[in-house]
Amino acid sequence: MSPTNYLLLSALLFTVGAIGVLVRRNAIVVFMCIELMLNAVNLSLVTFARMNGQLDGQVMAFFVMVVAAAEVVVGLAIIMSIFRTRRSSSVDDANLLKY
Amino acid sequence: MNTAVMNTAPDTGGNVMLLVLLLLPLLGALLMYPLRTNVPAAKAVAMATALLEFVLVVVTWVGYSTDAASSGERFQYVFSVPWIPAFGTHLAFGIDGIALVLIALTAFLVPGLMLFAWAEKLPEGRTASGYFALLLATQATLMGVFTATDVFLFYVFFEAMLIPMYFLIGRFGGPNRQYASVKFFLYSLLGGLIMLASLIGLYVTSADQLGAGTFTWSDLQSIAQSTPTSTQIWLFLGFFVAFAIKAPLVPFHTWLPDAGAEAPIVAAVLLVGVLDKVGTYGFLRYCLPLFPQASQILAPLVLVLAVIGIIYGALLAVGQKDMSRFVAYTSIAHFGFIALGTFAFSSQAFAGATLYMVNHGLSTGMLFVMVGLLVARGGSRLTRDYGGVSKLAPLLAGCLLLAGMSSLALPGTNSFVSEFLVLVGSFPREPVATIIATVGIIFAALYILWFYQQTMQGPVRGNAVIRALEAGGVGGPGAMIDPAVAAERGSGFPDLTRREIGVLAPLIVVIVVLGFFPGPVLDVVNPSVQSTITEVGLPDPVPAGGVVGGVR
Amino acid sequence: MTAPPEVLPATGAASVAWLLFAIPAVSALVLFLAGKRANAWGHVLGVGSVLASFLLGVVIFVQALGVAPDQRTTELSLYSWISSGTLNVDFGLRIDPLSLTFVLLITGVGSLIHIYSVGYMAPHASGHGADADAHAEPSSDSSRRRFFAQLNLFVAAMLVLVLGNNFVLLYLGWEGVGLASYLLIGFYQDRPSAATAAKKAFLMNRVGDVGLALAIFLIWLNLGTLQYTEVFARIGELSGGTILAITLLLLLGACGKSGQFPLQSWLPDAMEGPTPVSALIHAATMVTAGVYLIARTNPIYDLTPTGRVVVALIGVVTLLIGAIIGCAYDDIKKVLAYSTVSQIGYMILAVGLGPAGYALGIFHLLTHGFFKAGLFLGAGSVMHAMNDDVNMRNFGGLGRKMPITFVTFGLGYLALIGFPFLSGYFSKDAIIEAAFGQEGWQGWVYGITATLAAGLTAFYMTRLMIMTFFGEERWRNLKAPDGEDYHPHESSPVMTGPMIVLAIGSVFAGFVLSAVGLNQWLAPSLGELQESPDGALPHALVPWLVLACSALGVLVAYLVVGRRPTPVQRPEPVSFPVQAARRDLYANAFNETVIERPGIWLTRALVFLDNRGVDGLVNGLAAGLGGGSARLRRLQTGFVRSYALSMLGGSVFVVAALLAVRFA
Repeated sequence: MSPTNYLLLSALLFTVGAIGVLVRRNAIVVFMCIELMLNAVNLSLVTFARMNGQLDGQVMAFFVMVVAAAEVVVGLAIIMSIFRTRRSSSVDDANLLKY
Repeated sequence: MNTAVMNTAPDTGGNVMLLVLLLLPLLGALLMYPLRTNVPAAKAVAMATALLEFVLVVVTWVGYSTDAASSGERFQYVFSVPWIPAFGTHLAFGIDGIALVLIALTAFLVPGLMLFAWAEKLPEGRTASGYFALLLATQATLMGVFTATDVFLFYVFFEAMLIPMYFLIGRFGGPNRQYASVKFFLYSLLGGLIMLASLIGLYVTSADQLGAGTFTWSDLQSIAQSTPTSTQIWLFLGFFVAFAIKAPLVPFHTWLPDAGAEAPIVAAVLLVGVLDKVGTYGFLRYCLPLFPQASQILAPLVLVLAVIGIIYGALLAVGQKDMSRFVAYTSIAHFGFIALGTFAFSSQAFAGATLYMVNHGLSTGMLFVMVGLLVARGGSRLTRDYGGVSKLAPLLAGCLLLAGMSSLALPGTNSFVSEFLVLVGSFPREPVATIIATVGIIFAALYILWFYQQTMQGPVRGNAVIRALEAGGVGGPGAMIDPAVAAERGSGFPDLTRREIGVLAPLIVVIVVLGFFPGPVLDVVNPSVQSTITEVGLPDPVPAGGVVGGVR
Repeated sequence: MTAPPEVLPATGAASVAWLLFAIPAVSALVLFLAGKRANAWGHVLGVGSVLASFLLGVVIFVQALGVAPDQRTTELSLYSWISSGTLNVDFGLRIDPLSLTFVLLITGVGSLIHIYSVGYMAPHASGHGADADAHAEPSSDSSRRRFFAQLNLFVAAMLVLVLGNNFVLLYLGWEGVGLASYLLIGFYQDRPSAATAAKKAFLMNRVGDVGLALAIFLIWLNLGTLQYTEVFARIGELSGGTILAITLLLLLGACGKSGQFPLQSWLPDAMEGPTPVSALIHAATMVTAGVYLIARTNPIYDLTPTGRVVVALIGVVTLLIGAIIGCAYDDIKKVLAYSTVSQIGYMILAVGLGPAGYALGIFHLLTHGFFKAGLFLGAGSVMHAMNDDVNMRNFGGLGRKMPITFVTFGLGYLALIGFPFLSGYFSKDAIIEAAFGQEGWQGWVYGITATLAAGLTAFYMTRLMIMTFFGEERWRNLKAPDGEDYHPHESSPVMTGPMIVLAIGSVFAGFVLSAVGLNQWLAPSLGELQESPDGALPHALVPWLVLACSALGVLVAYLVVGRRPTPVQRPEPVSFPVQAARRDLYANAFNETVIERPGIWLTRALVFLDNRGVDGLVNGLAAGLGGGSARLRRLQTGFVRSYALSMLGGSVFVVAALLAVRFA
């Protein structure tokens, strides 16, 4: 199978994730969409590694996974604490940090 | 590539005198912190520091050799150690005659100002120890800015000066102090940042020409003549804007009346008397020697600003209602004279401009002090609140008149010598500008005499005076105030006290003595002025058969 | 032109010539600094210092008489004053016949006026203007001390002016006397009119000073020196245009100091000062500094006939307008002031005649110093007797009450109008003769105007005499301005003494000075006096013409004023010429309309421009930045998803841009 298909899938996943981040209000869903975007990038990284015959892309993918894991820990904790104080998981309700 | 030899000063230290002059007031300022609760001790320590500093400056003056300066030694008391080797910066100090007279002015003024501030009523919640600490800190930065011979070090002090002055105005100033201090700070900072850009450009230029970048003044000067003129113009403009804001020249002047009016009197004296001189000093020390061609090309621009400043500042001084703003505007006129002398490129004009910096510090300092004494008695800064004061306080009136006469450059006072030198030195090269500037002396007489007439002459009048007299138990609303009675009862508008005479007496003596015997100062200044002439590379205009008329 | 005399170093008494001005200067300093402690003896020190100066002047004068005329020009360099590059200004003195003449005049007349002032400024003397009225000073002792300090300062500055051997030192004295004049005109500080007059005097003087300063710059530019000897030796190298410019600028300086057209209007206002000041500064000495300046720089004026014509014309215009306005005033001091303006006009005319007139100008200056000082002191004596009133319409018949004042004043009057064989006769006639001696139109214009003004002088002075000393005693039915009755009385001997001495001088000075040969004495400084040829009119005819004209003036005054009772109220309305003369020929109105009002508007406009325009720009910039950022921060909505959208948008833009660059 041509690597191009993987790239197309990656782009598709990324687009789905990006649109999800933009249109959904629920923080958990937004979060999951972000994960989707990250994994879309991972897919393309691995694909490029394969195409170029180098391991750099795969190393990078692992790196992204670690960062994503760390992000999930912090992000979920924040979402939890916001939900506890405000009884809401909508990102639009947490808009105090503005001008 | 220029292969000029780098004549960097030895990096092994040198004479530590200037370092001591810099660190001593800083140390004094730091000592104010542990003494913050013990105000009398703090004042005593501050005064002792200032007096010691003055003594050390006198020692420096005595040790300064005019012979060595005449024989081409550009700087004396040289001290230099590497600072940031990667950028070629040094902690380099040294003085020529021009810097020497200015640090002498600073050291002379500060003890008197402390004596003036000794019993000053400070705003709520402010302590005298903080006040004196800031004064000493200002003095330290001034010492640094005048003695630095590394352009980067100069820049650091140039910006550092703002900090203590900002706090002096912002914490101890008048009702509108927040506005004035922020305006002062931002305006000066803007100029400084433009200068920083030029500074980096200068560094790059030096790296091009010498192979390794440097900030050392002497090295930069040695490549000045070979720097392309177009580069010079851009670099000059960067420095010029900073100095023109600091000095200030006319379109950049509006921060000064605000800052001068809102600052406490001692800060106003230091600000207008010394700190602003960094601008004109910068013209003479940095703009001219480092960018000689650019200075000559752009001189007409500066001269136009200078001449406008002379007339414009004078007319605005006439129209001011606030006494401190009045003094600030007279200074703008005087800075026009200094700029005229600086960009007229002759040894008389340079010497006159240098001397003018000192004399203006003395005469304007004294004018500010006189305003401060009036405000201390009447509690108002408005001119119209005072009138006929000479009847109540003849000594005060006499001192104000003397300060005014010095300000309008009456022969026999210090300022005449400098104004004469500036004008006579500028006339050969710039006859038109000089003629307009000379007409400016009429306006100088106008603003001083008009101010004196309003506040000192005529019958006793004015809200502040009347209020003060009533508070002293004399007269009532609309009552005819009899000063003789007022004197007996201990009037609310007393003449000078002993302490105030102590503040004024040294100023008066110096003003009169320098009017008749300017020799000692001129002797120190002249050799350095000659060096500057050489560095600019424009020979002194030779009198005889000159521009106007000519030989038959 | 004769070769200038050799300049020798000063020897003997002349080597301490600096004491001449140092003594009064130190005395002034002591009086200023000692404060109340000096109240008791201040006036003694003040008089003593000027007397000491006078005695030293006499010694130096006698010493100069003892040597040959070509060895009388000496110099004394004290120290280097201002030195920079090629400019070197010495604090040096030039002791020559011209400066010695002035030294004797200044210290001699000065001493007399100092003595007079002891009486005139005495504490608790009858009503001293506002000082006494408002109980202004805690003690008048204090004010007398201040007076003597300022008067001594004046003497010192004036001596520096005439003794300096270079233009800068001249300028030092020039502005120094300006300061003393400012202080003394404004001596009665609580009178707003005095303060304004003082300021006006200083400012108009400064206008002249600008001229003097520019002349100095021009000389330095072209010759590289400012010392008289060197300048005069090399002035011939310059082009005619430069010399003309220098002379005109010097003339501007002279006009300011000497109250000449167009800067004459400060001098009458200067009468706000105490009368001894008017006598010493605004009649005898300071206002003649302009004449001194032109006489001193005679080698420059010698080279420019055009410049001299301008000088003479200024003199002619001034002497005429001074005389015309003098006819209209009722204020005794202002009449004398305009008389001074007019007489200095004669002197300026004389020095404008060149080698034929320099010495005559100085001659008239000396005799004028005597009789005008005497007249002012007499006027002071009258004011003293009349509760400080100056309005002659309130006087009348005072001759019987104050015989000494009457006689001394009368002699001064006769000297001024040129009564035969009194001093004015010798000096003024000589000037008019020389004026008629000019070629062409100049002789006619100068001569006729000067003669006409002599007639006017006789008129206004006779009017003054009649209104003050003769006729009905109008004051008997009047109250003084301070609400008291008038009690005219003769003044004390300390005042009448100097008046008598000056009256003797008024009578004999002219005869003596011309008999002993003032012209020869001055020749080393001013060159030989050239006898003017018979120009427009033969010389023999001129004295008769002048005498006839003056007699006519006296007669008209007698017919107009003496034969009719003088109304106490000023007649209104009057014909246009009288009205114009009363209003100073509209000089003040002109200044006010053309300079003062526009100046005030300009100042107000500039203040507005500075606050709203220049500072407005600065504040506007700050406000613009502030407002702009206030708008921009609205973009920070707090909605995470809009941030995400903008990030996406940004990323897309960057990628698009990259692609565009790659594939374009």
